[in-house]
Amino acid sequence: MKKIALLGNPNTGKTSIFNRLTGLNQHIGNFPGVTVDKKTGILKNNNHSIEILDLPGTYSIYPRSKDEQIVYDILRNPSHAEYPDELAVIVDATNIERNLLLFSQLYDLGLPITLVLNMSDVAFKRGIKINTSALEKNFPGIQVCETNARVGVGIQQLKDVLSKEKQNIPRNTFIVTPSIIDKDDTIAQEKESRFRYDKIKKILPEILEFEIKNQRKNSWIDKVTVHPIWGYLIFFILLLSIFQLIFSIASFPMDWIDGAFVDLATYVSQLLPEGVLSELITGGIIPGLGGVLVFLPQILLLFLCLGILDETGYMARAVFIMDKLMRPFGLSGRSVVPLISSAACAIPGVMATRTISQWKERLISILVAPLMSCSARLPVYTLLTALVIPKKNLFGIINLQGLTLFALYFLGVFSALLMAFILKKFIRTDEKTYLLLEMPDYKPPRWSNIFMSLYEKAKVFIWEAGKVIVLISILLWALATYGPSNRMKNAENRLKKQKSSLSSEEYESKLSSVKLENSYIGIIGKSIEPIIQPLGFDWKIGISLLTSFAAREVFVGSMSTIYTVHQQDEKIGLIQTMKNEKNKYGEPVYTLASGLSLMVFYVYAMQCMATLAIVKRETKSWKWPLIQTLYMGFLAYAMSYFTFIIFS
Amino acid sequence: MKKLSQCKIGEKVQVIGLSLSEIQSQLVELGLYEGKEISILYKAPFGDPIAVSVGEYVLSMRVFEADQIWVENVNINEEDSVIG
Repeated sequence: MKKIALLGNPNTGKTSIFNRLTGLNQHIGNFPGVTVDKKTGILKNNNHSIEILDLPGTYSIYPRSKDEQIVYDILRNPSHAEYPDELAVIVDATNIERNLLLFSQLYDLGLPITLVLNMSDVAFKRGIKINTSALEKNFPGIQVCETNARVGVGIQQLKDVLSKEKQNIPRNTFIVTPSIIDKDDTIAQEKESRFRYDKIKKILPEILEFEIKNQRKNSWIDKVTVHPIWGYLIFFILLLSIFQLIFSIASFPMDWIDGAFVDLATYVSQLLPEGVLSELITGGIIPGLGGVLVFLPQILLLFLCLGILDETGYMARAVFIMDKLMRPFGLSGRSVVPLISSAACAIPGVMATRTISQWKERLISILVAPLMSCSARLPVYTLLTALVIPKKNLFGIINLQGLTLFALYFLGVFSALLMAFILKKFIRTDEKTYLLLEMPDYKPPRWSNIFMSLYEKAKVFIWEAGKVIVLISILLWALATYGPSNRMKNAENRLKKQKSSLSSEEYESKLSSVKLENSYIGIIGKSIEPIIQPLGFDWKIGISLLTSFAAREVFVGSMSTIYTVHQQDEKIGLIQTMKNEKNKYGEPVYTLASGLSLMVFYVYAMQCMATLAIVKRETKSWKWPLIQTLYMGFLAYAMSYFTFIIFS
Repeated sequence: MKKLSQCKIGEKVQVIGLSLSEIQSQLVELGLYEGKEISILYKAPFGDPIAVSVGEYVLSMRVFEADQIWVENVNINEEDSVIG
């Protein structure tokens, strides 16, 4: 199949063109050894099928970030597996001079090339008219296609041009002695770029049919969005609204998904004969699948909001006003949105770091994102605050429980920034740190682009993270269901003797509690007790810490199982039972010290396999999720220990 | 002759040279070659980063990057010319 590489500057509508050409026939894959995704699609036109390779948007073929490196690697090497047969280059008609630099570099590679002149309608409104035949005259052998990808004008013609067989006719190059310069020889590159611009400036009067130069003025929107007061206020209000939306809306579909999977498990258990298979499916696989899908509403809603902010052009302004504030921590304005998103859920937060072009900064953002307290921690925090923090007011106005909750969130933010500062010193990179960011014009969002990206993100999450989540769910289920058989039997038999004195409901909940206690996970929980004792935790907490790895909120469910609390009035019953819990010396287990210590543990510990799976996907290696789990685990242990010491 | 970082909002200047730096070639690629007329559109709170109009588009950069760009003021009478 013929392969065409799609190239162009950022913000030229390349994504729109790619989506228009390939529709839903898109596939995300990997370039070996590179963190940037390989995006390909199939263009079907009449009887032709063409593979379109969407390469990252760049200003030059010379790489300026790790992500851009792939463009250089492919185009420099004709024996590269992804070396294209033809090129299609998107050129923004409103900004022809800068766009022609990349185009002329690509033209000089000698491959058949199509110039896709996009947004000429916008250009016309701004007083710019491009003469396409002058373009064809100055770049002999090219095909020019005018499109307006936003509304779909010119797409069919473009498809026809791309499907046509083209001959590789030798042609003169745009500049006299072009060659692909070594990527590190920036001095030679600069010289060549100047040379190209000189030539472009010469042909520009011919290409521009007319251009009414009007001095660019500050738009009134920019005066407000980057204003020292209004700018921050608008950013703050936008974020607040997004969080409101996520917390108020996402819980509905999340509850439906939860309920649907519980029903499905019940239904399947009735269908299948009792046994290991039925238990595996209803206890391991179905809840595992549910555990994947339940994240989707939050992820999609967050990306819908971020997508709108990005498409309209606002995001660049947010980066602009936040940049200086983030720099002391080794981050830039680009890290702000991923980090704040992580306060809802670290999964979309980590995925959103993809807009950070600098690898070191992106890696630091990924590594510290899960320190932001996400929504899954909230049930744990509220349970424990209700348990150990008195319902009193400080100075008559400040609610102590509320203050604790605030302190936990603050601790998360503070630690994320501090860790970023520390990691900055440890992670070595040869990339330079700079900010050269184009500020796109404000425009209405292209909904089809937003929905395509949502579809893509959902697919990536379900397939890539889903595999890991289902696998670990099955493992956790097996560990929590099975135990050494004689041990399980003995415990069950002991309980059976008391069966007559218990109601069937009491018996059932006692049975599941005893089973969990004697399962492998129960045994591990008990065996780690000496390790977690200095933090003020007992083996029951130990078990819940282990099961929490599926997702932090599972803590509450595990606690209910261990303390044999009935499903009804779960929370109140659980708090009462936990309050009465005594250790072997007759002292209460949940004191201010141990409760706070446990909350602090949840602030720091990396107990989310979904996030780990996504970090693995984004960094393309298990190295970083492993480092992340270790450093967060160390922090959790140390900070809990200090908390316990201070408060006891 | 002064640095771009020393310019005020609304000032219209011409690039006359770039300091030798790692980002020099990238600045040229972005259109900041000698002779290019640019102007400062707005600055972020605390004065950093800054947004610069480069021909037909707006580029934001930190003061650090703007320090590498040497400029001089241009004659204001030359604007609003029509090519074609």
